[in-house]
Amino acid sequence: MAETFEPKIVAFVCNWCTYAGADLAGTSRTKYATNVRIIRFPCTGRIDFMLLIKAFQNGADGIIVSGCHPNDCHYTSGNFHARRRWMVFKSMLDFIGFPTERITFSWVSAAEGKKWAELVNETTDSVRALGPFTEYKNLDFSQFNQIDHEGIAEQSR
Amino acid sequence: MARIGVFICHCGENISATVDVEKVARLAGKLSGVAYSVDYKYMCSDPGQTLIVDAIKEHKLTGIVVGACSPRMHEGTFRKAAEKAGINPYFCEMANIREHCSWVHPKSDETTQKALDIVRTMVEKVKNDTALYPIKVPITKTALVIGGGIAGIQAALDIANAGHQVIMVEKTPSIGGHMSQLSETFPTLDCSQCILTPRMVEVAQHPNITLHTFAEVENVTGFIGNFDVNIRLKAKSVDFSKCTGCGSCWQKCPSKKIPDEFNAGMSFRTAIYTPFPQAVPNKPVIDRANCTWFTKCGKCGICAKICPTGAIDYTIQDEIINVKVGAIVTATGFDIKHSDFFPEYGYGKHPDIIDGLQFERLASASGPTGGEIRRPSDGKVPETVVFLACAGSRDKAKGIEYCSKICCMYTAKHAMLYKHKNHHGKAHVFYMDIRSAGKSYEEFVRRAIEEDDVNYIRGRVSKIYEKNGKLMVVGVDTLLNAKPVTIEADMVVLATAVVANEDAESVAQKLHISYDKHKFFAEAHPKLKPVETNTAGITLAGACQSAKDIPETVAQASAAAAKTIILFSGSELTREPVVATVNRSAAPVFTTCTGCFLCQEVCPYQAIEREEIRDRAGNLLMNAAKVNAGLCQGCGTCVAMCRNKSIDLQGFSNQQMLSEVMGLLNKPFE
Repeated sequence: MAETFEPKIVAFVCNWCTYAGADLAGTSRTKYATNVRIIRFPCTGRIDFMLLIKAFQNGADGIIVSGCHPNDCHYTSGNFHARRRWMVFKSMLDFIGFPTERITFSWVSAAEGKKWAELVNETTDSVRALGPFTEYKNLDFSQFNQIDHEGIAEQSR
Repeated sequence: MARIGVFICHCGENISATVDVEKVARLAGKLSGVAYSVDYKYMCSDPGQTLIVDAIKEHKLTGIVVGACSPRMHEGTFRKAAEKAGINPYFCEMANIREHCSWVHPKSDETTQKALDIVRTMVEKVKNDTALYPIKVPITKTALVIGGGIAGIQAALDIANAGHQVIMVEKTPSIGGHMSQLSETFPTLDCSQCILTPRMVEVAQHPNITLHTFAEVENVTGFIGNFDVNIRLKAKSVDFSKCTGCGSCWQKCPSKKIPDEFNAGMSFRTAIYTPFPQAVPNKPVIDRANCTWFTKCGKCGICAKICPTGAIDYTIQDEIINVKVGAIVTATGFDIKHSDFFPEYGYGKHPDIIDGLQFERLASASGPTGGEIRRPSDGKVPETVVFLACAGSRDKAKGIEYCSKICCMYTAKHAMLYKHKNHHGKAHVFYMDIRSAGKSYEEFVRRAIEEDDVNYIRGRVSKIYEKNGKLMVVGVDTLLNAKPVTIEADMVVLATAVVANEDAESVAQKLHISYDKHKFFAEAHPKLKPVETNTAGITLAGACQSAKDIPETVAQASAAAAKTIILFSGSELTREPVVATVNRSAAPVFTTCTGCFLCQEVCPYQAIEREEIRDRAGNLLMNAAKVNAGLCQGCGTCVAMCRNKSIDLQGFSNQQMLSEVMGLLNKPFE
């Protein structure tokens, strides 16, 4: 391949810490990879992890989830809920064989513009090394839409 | 059909230097739903905003996306512009192409592409925006001040002087707090009680302040402007309406061997007592745990017999009163680390090894020695006194990494007070660093060293042991090539670490405010919101937030009072409508909420309520969650938790977030 693969990274971040941290990276003109696209949530506790799957399904190659450090949550405990939910979700993804190394869970505070830049660069490098995420896209979803109602009814009788 | 306007800002050259803004505007104009698209040099400028207002009117736009700086910067500005043009301000979204794009990437096609992606994402979000209206909440213009130390006193007086009602709750029988225990205050050597007691009296006599001493906050519900507080008035066993404060009762009380808290355990008090002569209110209470009447089933009763007004009533029970307040000032103060924390120093084992607060009482004219500095063991005047700064503070091994802030100054003061009273005595201070940042503070320390001849030794003490009736203080002088030093002392004063109150954690839990790992209450922002907490309407004052001295405490208390007065300045409270809602629809569906109340479990603000849905006959059909918009802060944790998506967050709805994800990956969600 002549051209190097440029991954699409989607970042799900909280408004108070990581979004502000990314703002700080901007005001301090810290350069980082262009691959990342940020989606702002009020809190990591707000993030429905099914959205991560939606992002992968629609072309994301890697995902960053980042919020306030433990004990620093603007809403006291949202990040703890996010972390707990992520632990459960990750073990489920591992179980079904989903490549969870494509998802990076991190804490970046509003003061850590530099850490944000490093996080983006590291994630971009690691996802670039993993290559494009095609497994999900290759799945034929049309089969899931054809629900065998009759068959289900038969079985339940 | 959505008609969206896209406005791309050059920000001078801040954006246009690396992003091809004209291309972004041109391509954004081709996005589905976009009716108008333009770029301009400064969108936030007056002509820029006029351009937006005119475009909204001319092109009948239903929503706008401003591709410029961070929403933290100018979201408010552009929402106002949208409102001015006649559309709901929540139909305005910011595409952050400056902080998140032009400033962090070089000039390239990728950077322009990224800017376009960001704009497209927000266009998709705007399509799913809904009209939102600020929430109006009524305010009860009464403040609750928890704690009657100098912080609480200052805050209460400020709020009361602004014309609002204040309810003050103090857990001990008198207000005054730790400041009333101090002898003199640095750096002026003012007598602490002389400057404090007039304030205490002012609180007691203020027409706008209701004082509840010997009382504790039982529980707090409600939200900013509308708190509902239960206060436990502990049984005083004395009817204050009859008591004149004559003091006959405590003079005749036979239980005389109870360690006196006010004198830091260095003298004794009776079971019926006023904590100190200038106590406010100056009326006694019975300490039931130590009173013979209560411990020995009705024996004694001397105070009741002697009381000239018949004020003693052993049958009084704890009473719980309910008050409604609009704001709460938390001023619960601090404690110092006690006894067994320092086995190497023998503190708590040897009577002549005392802490800073005990020294304050020794040096105080109202103290157990009448202001003469005599050592507790035999009452002799000590000839050599060693002061140890940083006893526990700045010591990771002890679990207290922080600096207690006041010890350097009060140790200098203690050494000075000792020298002023015993001119021929020797005062030694072991210290790690001298931290004397404050107005006239450094001069004060220099005065102790230079004028009062206090011997400062830079180094720590490894142990203290007794030998031939002397306390051998073994330390090291790091400025003399780490030479070991042993000083034969008659008395040792430890500047023990300032710590949070024992019940700080339970207070924080009652108030639903956060606290740090040392149980100090957490401010909402370390720099810009130093007195607010994360719970709106609750502010902090004094050492319950972190170790601080009197001037800082008073300043913070006035700041907390100012925040409270600002809150009380309007008749209604306006809040951002970013709150969760549970869906409702017509009968027979009512709602898709199944009443599992997982949302209630995860809500940090107790904002989820249980609503009973009944038919016309009043039969209970179902229980469903309902959000109290006054309490909800809009974190959305409940939304992610909800199993069937019955709860949603305004401004960050499921539909909006999904459309953002889809828009970002160039697959607009239809």
